[in-house]
Amino acid sequence: MNARSVPPHLTEGCAEIPILRERGQREVFCGLTGIIWLHRKIQDAFFLVVGSRTCAHLIQSAAGVMIFAEPRFATAIIDERDLAGLADANAELDRVVQRLIERRPDIKLLFLVGSCPSEVIKLDLSRAAARLSRSFSPDVRVLNYSGSGIETTFTQGEDACLASMVPGLPAQADTAHPALLIVGTLADVVEDQMRRLFNEMGIAPVAFFPPRRAADLPPLGPGTRFLLAQPFLADTARALEQRGAIRLDAPFPLGAEGTTLWLQAAADAWDIDAATFHRATAPGRERAQLALARQRDQLAGQRVFFFPDSQLEIPLARFLARELGMQLVEVGTPYLHRQHLATELALLPAGTMLSEGQHVEKQLDRCRAAAPDLVVCGLGLANPLEAEGLTTKWSIELVFTPIQGYEQAADLAELFARPLVRRTWLAA
Amino acid sequence: MQLTLWTYEGPPHVGAMRIATAMKGVHYVLHAPQGDTYADLLFTMIERRTKRPPVTYTTFQARDLGGDTAELFKNAAREAFERFRPAAMLVGASCTAELIQDDPGGLALALDLPIPVVPLELPAYQRKENWGAAETFYQLVRKLAGPAAPPVGTPRPARTAGARPRCNLLGPTALGFRHRDDVREISSLLARIGVEINVAAPLDATPADLARLGEADFNVVLYPEIASQAAQWLNRTFGQPATRTIPIGAVATREFIAEVAQLAGLDAATLLAEAESRSTWYARSVDSTYLTGKRVFVFGDATHAVAAARVAAREMGFTVVGIGTYSREFAREVREAAKGYGVEALITDDYLEVEAQVTQLQPELVLGTQMERHIAKRLGIPCAVISAPVHVQDFPARYSPQMGFEGASVLFDTWVHPLMMGLEEHLITMFRGDFEFHENAAPSHLGALTAAHSEAAPAAAPPAATLAGAAIEQVIAWAPEAELELRKIPFFVRGKARRNTERFAIDRAVPRITVETLYDAKAHFSR
Repeated sequence: MNARSVPPHLTEGCAEIPILRERGQREVFCGLTGIIWLHRKIQDAFFLVVGSRTCAHLIQSAAGVMIFAEPRFATAIIDERDLAGLADANAELDRVVQRLIERRPDIKLLFLVGSCPSEVIKLDLSRAAARLSRSFSPDVRVLNYSGSGIETTFTQGEDACLASMVPGLPAQADTAHPALLIVGTLADVVEDQMRRLFNEMGIAPVAFFPPRRAADLPPLGPGTRFLLAQPFLADTARALEQRGAIRLDAPFPLGAEGTTLWLQAAADAWDIDAATFHRATAPGRERAQLALARQRDQLAGQRVFFFPDSQLEIPLARFLARELGMQLVEVGTPYLHRQHLATELALLPAGTMLSEGQHVEKQLDRCRAAAPDLVVCGLGLANPLEAEGLTTKWSIELVFTPIQGYEQAADLAELFARPLVRRTWLAA
Repeated sequence: MQLTLWTYEGPPHVGAMRIATAMKGVHYVLHAPQGDTYADLLFTMIERRTKRPPVTYTTFQARDLGGDTAELFKNAAREAFERFRPAAMLVGASCTAELIQDDPGGLALALDLPIPVVPLELPAYQRKENWGAAETFYQLVRKLAGPAAPPVGTPRPARTAGARPRCNLLGPTALGFRHRDDVREISSLLARIGVEINVAAPLDATPADLARLGEADFNVVLYPEIASQAAQWLNRTFGQPATRTIPIGAVATREFIAEVAQLAGLDAATLLAEAESRSTWYARSVDSTYLTGKRVFVFGDATHAVAAARVAAREMGFTVVGIGTYSREFAREVREAAKGYGVEALITDDYLEVEAQVTQLQPELVLGTQMERHIAKRLGIPCAVISAPVHVQDFPARYSPQMGFEGASVLFDTWVHPLMMGLEEHLITMFRGDFEFHENAAPSHLGALTAAHSEAAPAAAPPAATLAGAAIEQVIAWAPEAELELRKIPFFVRGKARRNTERFAIDRAVPRITVETLYDAKAHFSR
């Protein structure tokens, strides 16, 4: 976790820059929020939060606009009877799950998701999951993870969810030949693009995790090489490594450069020759660079300030600085995984101001003092900052929108350009 | 434990936030884990407030639980005081902090801050948002207005001769359903009656304003869910009577004027003679005949549900086929109202129960919350929103009150708009069979609704299969000629005709629906 643990070849760039670590009020979501995209990704999974009315209200509010189909998530709200021991919490949970599964026979995988209150009262959801798994086997598998705010920040909820699935992955049958596993939720359209690229390079087999259907679990073993598609998957990576899989170190596939380096890491592991790699990636890369050039006119020289949110901040800042010429005023991240981010940090411009954790009031003071051209922040801060005259980009959109890969590089740039353009269009 | 897909109310500390955010010069220090700051976005995104809610969260984490979370709270409270310099402070715990029992009230007291500090006890596993708002407002009023209270039993001094009668306007909060506009509408109404407003609270009030609540002659309670507890205390303490009529709808607005005039000792006869809402004439105009007997289901907080049902029945000529509320604290009032419509009130905060009742009743219009808008959309039933929980759409840019005469006109427009227009309904009946008037051609004012239906249908299929009703179609057979006859019925009532006929057939154990059965059923249901 300190600068000395970074490999020596990565001494340029930001690797040794000191980091401002702060404690105080954090204006971030808890890990439960990940359910909003995870339930769209794994289409036959259901997420049952075991928590309070606050948890139910959070997910409903964070989903912003309500989802018009029946959601595949719900909350089992703990009430005073459960707390007073008048009702046996486990029996109550069984009853709720029974009702849920009767109502939704299409569910194949059920996650019991722990929350702050369930953690504090020490409700053992892993035992509950094992018990329920037995009683609903083989129709429904029941897993558990914690999305509580006392343990997880926003995207760490996905990390906890994926980590809970790792023990259930089948063992790789053919350990002699390597298999590639892409880890972290990507939009289906992005997965399909990536699959085509690996295909053209001759890298096979390739699997994606989490899968679109709960039953399509990728095999795992010492032959597995995995690439993280998201920067917030520390626990998942550790669980995969414990089962013998090897992580391929790479920056994250944001922007043309990030995507190329990310693909390159796989190509190197498969000994793909330079010509093949070039043939497979050049069309996408050139398209992305062409499209980015237009956004660069808009963004170059603009000063951007990141409030911590999803852990995507450092890869995004690298993209904005290197491919769009933006200036980084401060890059805040809720948590910095030095090892997974090592290649990213090395690419950041020297002298970048990084902050980890949050004291929102002090950070707002710094932000106002710096008066950046663009502030990337959460929904609680965006409108108040706009009202103060700053231009903002809501960070949650960066988690919900397909932004990875060549074909999305310009879309990603456009997300940052739009608020700036809009401000020039609107009459003062 | 309760299985909850959507929740009508947030936890009680969100109610406290609605009071703190509504006011000026109040700061709320909330002992809460990381993630509870989500509640800020309700105010900044849904209500588009230009300032963050005045709330400091302690943001404790798992590693703090073994250590000193109490110290964390004290530091947060001290820092918040120094930074924001509020005139009064609320302190309390969210659901998780309630479990760790740090006693924020006691800790804040130990800080010895030079401002009034109001500790809040809001049981999160028992109570909900509106209760939390009411309790918070009551505690603030007691703390701040209490010092001005006369000795118990002191009779209320008579108003000085020539002084205008004064009232307080109680209940409007941040994130309230059209509260901002209701305050404006009722304020101007009171001005026309000749009543001065002493304090409107909590919306835009300061702690100093609350301190002089006792100076008013009486209270106007706009939202009993929020303000009735405080109003009762003001009545006991200062002898201030309070209004009971909620001025939603033209009829209720007139009753409200009369009630206020009586409390203020004024004569409102002239105003009442002049006052006329456009909605009253619109409802009487011939185009509105088609509204007669439209079957409407009403659900919301108790105040808005009871008022909406009354307007629906008395001012629109609808038939109320169901009424319900998620406000358990006000169940009695809703049950009472339901009796008047010959229905049983649905008292529940379980969205699934509401969905089941709407599915079973198949009303022609749903007046509900954003949750019922979901349900109605899924079932293809027109819907208008009458109550919180709120959505960004419930904060229109234009002036759009629910209360007063202008509010009555707003209700007319927003309830009638989702329905088929009167003339349009006749035209479609006249021209059915015309290729431009088929069921897939959306009514001109509903735009893309038809497309939305076909998309929504597959999504709705799995849950619908588990509900009563779906099984019927598999049991009852339709003769081909009866199916053909059914096709001749205008599409927008065809679903209802089909369901009625099937119910009729089942009740009489008719195994096969013929043309005769269809018309027998029609005759039966058209009584």
